[in-house]
Amino acid sequence: MSPATLGVGKSHGNVNNVLTIDSAIVDAIVAHARRDHPDEACGVVAGPIGSDRPARLIPMDNAARSMTFYEFDSMEQLRVWREMDDNDEEPVVIYHSHTATEAYPSRTDISFAGEPGAHYLLVSTREPDSEEIRSFRIVDGVVTEEEINIVDATVDA
Amino acid sequence: MAIEVRVPTILRSYTGGAKTVEGAGSTLTELIDDLDAKHNGLKGRLITAEGGLHRFVNIYVNDEDVRFLGALDAKLSDGDSITILPAVAGGALGFAAAAALLGR
Repeated sequence: MSPATLGVGKSHGNVNNVLTIDSAIVDAIVAHARRDHPDEACGVVAGPIGSDRPARLIPMDNAARSMTFYEFDSMEQLRVWREMDDNDEEPVVIYHSHTATEAYPSRTDISFAGEPGAHYLLVSTREPDSEEIRSFRIVDGVVTEEEINIVDATVDA
Repeated sequence: MAIEVRVPTILRSYTGGAKTVEGAGSTLTELIDDLDAKHNGLKGRLITAEGGLHRFVNIYVNDEDVRFLGALDAKLSDGDSITILPAVAGGALGFAAAAALLGR
């Protein structure tokens, strides 16, 4: 078997400039952000390594319980990251909400962004009846916005 | 015997892409010095210029956050497993205020 036939058609997260995500997952992220408003909400969507497909939503506690700051609880993070390792998953999406400002990465978001392979999804809940949802890559301090392609899963995984 | 260290994606440029490396030391400080000798530059990503643990990373000894074990003075033994993860944090708050809030 030649190396060219291995992994053919596989796309790596870093070269895609679109986040494709199931509408049910987006709805659940928005619901989480609304539930925790006016505090910031945060979480992860795990997916199979290398697939760039967010598949398993993991809402996380905001250990800071703040309207302007979020932080994963370090022990919860260890547990979740180990679980992903055991399942051959990686954090495909890392999401959080801004509750009084736009859905754009702050300087704090950029400074902390430590998963170069992840899509950073931001939800703004500052408007009571509509959400702004945007997605970004944050690599070495450089922010690149990307499109979000919301799809309806036709088959249960 | 040695201490196994799991390295996150963002720091694998220092380890030639390796997900796990081995090191030695009886405290976290010694281990980090040993790792830095083999993977030049790694220390600067874990420890600040002031000599404290960097706020951007979490380091665990087996199942415990080293911040609860004496931080850089945490005692290590052969066979321990160290995990390094990027801290996941952010928010609308200004960076200086966020750093002060974290107090690390």
